[in-house]
Amino acid sequence: MPLKLERTPMREQDPVQRRRNFDEVALGYSPDEAIREAQRCIQCKHPFCVEGCPVHVQIPQFIKLITEGRFEDAAQKIKETNNLPAVCGRVCPQEEQCEARCVLNRKGQSVAIGRLERFAADYQMKKGIPDPERPIKIGKKVAVIGSGPAGLTAAADLAKLGYDVTVFESFHELGGVLVYGIPEFRLPKALVKQEIEFLKRLGVKFVTNVIVGNTLTIDDLFDDGYQAVFIGTGAGLPKFMDIPGESLNGVYSANEYLTRVNLMKAYLFPKADTPIKKAHKVAVVGGGNVAMDAARCALRLDADEVHIVYRRSEAEMPARAEEVHHAKEEGIIFDLLTNPIRIIGENGRVTGMECIKMELGEPDASGRRRPVPVKGSEFIMEVDAVIMALGTTPNPLIAATTHGLEIQPWGGIIADEATGATSRPGVYAGGDAVTGAATVILAMGAGKKAAAAIHEYLEGKK
Amino acid sequence: MYKILQKEKLAPSVYIMKVEAPLVARKAQPGQFIILRVYDMGERIPLTIADYDRDKGTITIVFQEVGKTTKLLAALEEGQYIQDFAGPLGKPSEFDGLKTVLAIGGGVGAAPLYPQVRRMHEMGIDVDVILGAKSKDYLILTEEIKPFCRNMYIATDDGSVGYHGFVSDVLKKLVEEDGQTYDRVIAIGPLIMMKVVSGMTKQYNIPTIVSMNPIMMDGTGMCGACRVKVGDEVKHACVDGPDFDGHLVDFDEAMRRQAFYRDEEGLALHTLEEGGQCQCH
Ligand SMILES: Cc1cc2nc3c(=O)[nH]c(=O)nc-3n(C[C@H](O)[C@H](O)[C@H](O)COP(=O)(O)OP(=O)(O)OC[C@H]3O[C@@H](n4cnc5c(N)ncnc54)[C@H](O)[C@@H]3O)c2cc1C
Ligand SMILES: Cc1cc2nc3c(=O)[nH]c(=O)nc-3n(C[C@H](O)[C@H](O)[C@H](O)COP(=O)(O)OP(=O)(O)OC[C@H]3O[C@@H](n4cnc5c(N)ncnc54)[C@H](O)[C@@H]3O)c2cc1C
Ligand code: SF4
Ligand code: SF4
Ligand code: FES
Repeated sequence: MPLKLERTPMREQDPVQRRRNFDEVALGYSPDEAIREAQRCIQCKHPFCVEGCPVHVQIPQFIKLITEGRFEDAAQKIKETNNLPAVCGRVCPQEEQCEARCVLNRKGQSVAIGRLERFAADYQMKKGIPDPERPIKIGKKVAVIGSGPAGLTAAADLAKLGYDVTVFESFHELGGVLVYGIPEFRLPKALVKQEIEFLKRLGVKFVTNVIVGNTLTIDDLFDDGYQAVFIGTGAGLPKFMDIPGESLNGVYSANEYLTRVNLMKAYLFPKADTPIKKAHKVAVVGGGNVAMDAARCALRLDADEVHIVYRRSEAEMPARAEEVHHAKEEGIIFDLLTNPIRIIGENGRVTGMECIKMELGEPDASGRRRPVPVKGSEFIMEVDAVIMALGTTPNPLIAATTHGLEIQPWGGIIADEATGATSRPGVYAGGDAVTGAATVILAMGAGKKAAAAIHEYLEGKK
Repeated sequence: MYKILQKEKLAPSVYIMKVEAPLVARKAQPGQFIILRVYDMGERIPLTIADYDRDKGTITIVFQEVGKTTKLLAALEEGQYIQDFAGPLGKPSEFDGLKTVLAIGGGVGAAPLYPQVRRMHEMGIDVDVILGAKSKDYLILTEEIKPFCRNMYIATDDGSVGYHGFVSDVLKKLVEEDGQTYDRVIAIGPLIMMKVVSGMTKQYNIPTIVSMNPIMMDGTGMCGACRVKVGDEVKHACVDGPDFDGHLVDFDEAMRRQAFYRDEEGLALHTLEEGGQCQCH
């Protein structure tokens, strides 16, 4: 078989069209394209790619099944270790994980593992996911708090082991960041719904509109007969910059902006009741996935001009490379090495943002070169909306109402890395609630480990 | 889905509803609120818990029709369902150490006041109540609140009943003319009313608690929409409040922020009134 050097490209919606619609940007491989790409994998004896994947998906094995046209088997193979391949294939930062370690990457042309993962999962979904084997119930109840990737993974694994699992979610909709944060054009919500349907078929119960800490406490859950609890409540608290003018109308946290757009479907207003203000010139402050998503949403809500304002340079941007590329293609303007110092307004509404230019100095604690302001380089950007995408921290609601649950000074729940065990017996935690804002796949990995540890704990309690 | 067990009209465009929500009722306290969504395309709106019954598992809300969501809610009848109903949210009100309190309710502000007055009465606190409204027909919950207060004063803008004027005029008379003293004033109502009352009580040196009602979305601290400036700090009304020190709140900013979506709210209402938009039943 001849070695094909070039990665098989994936079809995408034309940037000129897609910048004004919420349909998915990347269109996925056809079966022929998938097979062609799969054949590029040289089936390494020591597959480094697998080491790069936080949950160790059996990459060469599933890729081989694709070359044989056994697409559904490929999907099942992935699912042995990853419950949400249709999601991960789309949103994993593959270029830093599995694909970064692929031997072909030395030529800059790693196997497109993520795209193949997505292909197999989508193919299986279209065919209809086979009914799961209903596990034999062992008559023990476990509560999962939060329905993001960490909670969903823990719930699935525990249900497969025969536990009666109930997931409690504070929002009216299930999926965590997958539904309220990541936009439709990057991760269609119908996919997340299907994954959740599958969990329901596994016997997992879901209760929405329950804010643990307010509606129920963890102690109430134990009183109600749950024998163990998994906390997967994410890192939902927004940060602001603490600069003048942040209370002006038109200054949003990325959380508010994205939740209005994605969860509440403000892009359909007035067909959906939740509004979002139309803005002409938007500045998004930050350089992560959240900033890219907010900027691209703003564009799709008919802004004339959208700027990403980031205080470091492109090399330090934490966003996925593919999303930065997509954002640029769509016409987002990048103001790098630039930092806001003040937001200006008239009659209570934003009219501009004063910024200062930055340059890179010595490396800081994170190892990245520290941005320092350039004296006298202040300038004013005319904008009528500012979206702060500066990172998030865990919500203190649960910690404040749970006796004996230890947390970090910055709010993260303290949990054992290998098991998710917290300072409170029977209470486990994982995902962004423990690590701070991270990635979907890491949250899933944590949910998996915790499910195994909960099983061991409850077995021991017999 | 949350069933509406009872519904009644209290005043023009003001309704009281008893809703089946056992989990919320289990924990509800005076001063807290819920967030509801009428149907699957609906907005999330906050409403104060006006009453609760832990045994029967019910929550009572009192609301005024002002825009699309409250109109859709008002259109629901007994036996029908509200799609989502989450709570209790916010911090419960605190009354420890109080002996005499003046509680002031403007318009539907009487609703959140009601469970607070009742709780204070149970704690042995003497509570005087001032209720204000546009006119006689708009006064609500007077009979419900009366048994729990020492004195009740009524003010209407048009003088159709009680004092002809604003609640703040009654406050002035009680303190300046009658020489009444209070450990605390609690004021709940439109922002402008709470602003005026707080301005006066600052001069009288009476600690004052107001209940802020900014635009909200999640109600759990994650969006920041509900931020309110209190003294030098930015607070989230949904988790740090809704009760705040009225002498420290920046009411002018709060009024600007509450009006941000006025055009869109108008458009939503307009499309509703044009018909065909309501998909909730
Ligand atoms: C806009 C955006 C874009 C992103 N893009 C990417 C990407 O491209 N790739 C990637 O890998 N990662 C991305 N991430 C990060 C990733 O989404 C998160 O790391 C991941 O979702 C964390 O999962 P989790 O299960 O820990 O928490 P979450 O997904 O945050 O889920 C937590 C859930 O718990 C619920 N909850 C919170 N408190 C309570 C409570 N007290 N009671 C009940 N329920 C509660 C929340 O409502 C939520 O549904 C992105 C994040 C955002 C915000
Ligand atoms: C903590 C809290 C408790 C509340 N408790 C009650 C209650 O017990 N009973 C009740 O009737 N209302 C209460 N409110 C106000 C209620 O939430 C709003 O009236 C409601 O959101 C309006 O929704 P709508 O779609 O019908 O109107 P919209 O179309 O959203 O608004 C119509 C008009 O109402 C104004 N408005 C919008 N939001 C608010 C708000 N938060 N407060 C006041 N005016 C607003 C708008 O500026 C506009 O002029 C409370 C608000 C908060 C934050
Ligand atoms: S889960 Fe993510 S990191 Fe692992 S193989 Fe799939 S795309 Fe790569
Ligand atoms: S490292 Fe690359 S080539 Fe080797 S098995 Fe993994 S994907 Fe295939
Ligand atoms: S309503 Fe979102 S933070 Fe308060």
